[in-house]
Amino acid sequence: MPAELRRVCVVGAGAIGGLLAAHLSRVCEAWVLTRRPQHAEQLNQEGLRVSGKHEFVGRVHATADPSELPDFDLGIIAVKANDLDNVGLRLTGLAPQATMMTIQNGLGAEAVIARHGDWPLISSVTFMSGTRRSDVHVEYELDTATWLGPWAGTGTDQATVDAVAALISESELNAEAMSDLVPAQWSKLIFNSAINSVSALTELPHVAAFIDEDEASSLGHVVRSLVHEGKAVAAAAGIELYEDPWEMNMLAVRRGETAHSDYAHLPSMLEDVLAHRPTEVDFIAGALHREADRLGVPVPVTAAAHRLIKGKEASWRAEVKA
Amino acid sequence: MASGGQGMRVCIVGCGAVGSLFAAHLAQVDDVEVWAYDVVQPHVDAINQSGLKLVGEADITGAVRATSEARELPPCDFGIVATKSMYTRAAIEASSHAFAHGAVASVQNGVGNEEVIAEHVDRVIRGTTFPAGHLTEPGVVHMDARGDTWLGPFEPRPASMDAVTELAKAITAGGMNTKALADARGAQWTKLIFNAATNPLGALTRLTHGRLCEQPDTRRLISQLVAEGKAVAESLGITLDSDPDELVDHAAKVAYEHRASMLQDVLAERATEIDALNGGIVRFGAEQGVPTPMNEAIAALIKGLERCGRRP
Repeated sequence: MPAELRRVCVVGAGAIGGLLAAHLSRVCEAWVLTRRPQHAEQLNQEGLRVSGKHEFVGRVHATADPSELPDFDLGIIAVKANDLDNVGLRLTGLAPQATMMTIQNGLGAEAVIARHGDWPLISSVTFMSGTRRSDVHVEYELDTATWLGPWAGTGTDQATVDAVAALISESELNAEAMSDLVPAQWSKLIFNSAINSVSALTELPHVAAFIDEDEASSLGHVVRSLVHEGKAVAAAAGIELYEDPWEMNMLAVRRGETAHSDYAHLPSMLEDVLAHRPTEVDFIAGALHREADRLGVPVPVTAAAHRLIKGKEASWRAEVKA
Repeated sequence: MASGGQGMRVCIVGCGAVGSLFAAHLAQVDDVEVWAYDVVQPHVDAINQSGLKLVGEADITGAVRATSEARELPPCDFGIVATKSMYTRAAIEASSHAFAHGAVASVQNGVGNEEVIAEHVDRVIRGTTFPAGHLTEPGVVHMDARGDTWLGPFEPRPASMDAVTELAKAITAGGMNTKALADARGAQWTKLIFNAATNPLGALTRLTHGRLCEQPDTRRLISQLVAEGKAVAESLGITLDSDPDELVDHAAKVAYEHRASMLQDVLAERATEIDALNGGIVRFGAEQGVPTPMNEAIAALIKGLERCGRRP
């Protein structure tokens, strides 16, 4: 029997969390757990505005205090990968009947949440994108799908995954349930490892240079190398990819160029870099690097990207110290 | 005035920071006539008006005749090319007529400059220099660091060893220690490999040289780049002057706070010398059949970073 989904709690109201919470508020009771009390207060007072692809104000319930949350049926963890452990701690003991869904980039989010409770877990990858304009306003940019699947070993039944996908679809976001998410998750992992790494290091948004292989020193070769190494790791791990990450790169660049001539997507890791925040590199290129080492697959360019981005993060810490 | 120039006329091609160090020092030698060819008119005018002044690690003023019109250059015994490597071709194309009977040395960064010069000049000198400086105002250069210069015949179109020695003696007489070597490739490739392994990583991570070396992650990348460069040098039969990896650790101590010039170039939206550094290692590696995947990837990332600088 699928769990009934009457009340949802979205943890984290960044771009992705905000889009989910606002849309879901139209089809069920939607709560948002924030980090800052003022943020929750403002959401309770003003609601959560969506602009761009959709235009409406979602009426959400918000709190920064987990003990104020009523029992909920579905938790969607939409914080940055680096904050997962902290969120797990805050959720410990709450909503024992709930299903929890992770939606982070890269690998390893489910395992972090699983350390903090026995909830059945749904893993997901999302291709939708948005920009957080303020605490109470998020712009909906790319209306591409979110894919969901049961996380093995946590007793999630497929009917619940189907029900969650149906609920998200009903809220007018695109969602698709799968029986095995791993192929899609790895496709996106490899795509992100290549695109986010190159973007973080060159500070370029996802522009046509990412598919340019015309000259020996063209940037597309680095993207190609990163994709190639990621595919070798997937092959060694016995994972058949859902989509070819290089094709995803081509498609995303072309979509950026044709559908939105003034719009080149700023990968989230570049946003972190520009704001001098810690990036998710350990969950993306770093995750592939670790898997590669475990499986004995050489990934020199992925390792270099991982190390350079860690170095770049270290340069901001040096600034703070100085 | 020092002596030792034996009635020599030298033209500095590209009289920026490094070129100015050579020009002003050579102008101290009593029978050396120094010309400077540079496209920056205010600098040229200031040199002609008040001489070329060095401050910092040197405190001298040299009488130098400067011009931004290459056709005004008289026939010279020697040329010293000191442009950024991406301007070598334009500079030597414009000025080669002055060296029809002379020899031309490169004291530029990276590799590949002598090859370009040799397309236009018959007698070429391979060179590597360590002194550094920066322009503070037109006609004035701050000398940041002293250091040696190495010169040797460029093998495919060599100047004679006598000519190399004569130029080295004149520069040394002017106050910049310069060594004439039969094979200057070791010095050049040692500096090349050091620069290619450190400069772009500083630009990509924004870490100072010392911090780049403290982080085990980035220090390891430096060693990987050095190893590729050494393999290419070895395939060319070049014996390095010293181990670039050791130079890296030495520099971490003496230049901890140094910020890569390539990073300054990127921040100022200038083109970098990546093509003559990692790009040079990649080109020579490809010719020799030595794989250089890390240098390729780093060169492409720097190309991307250059594009980001040009982003509106």
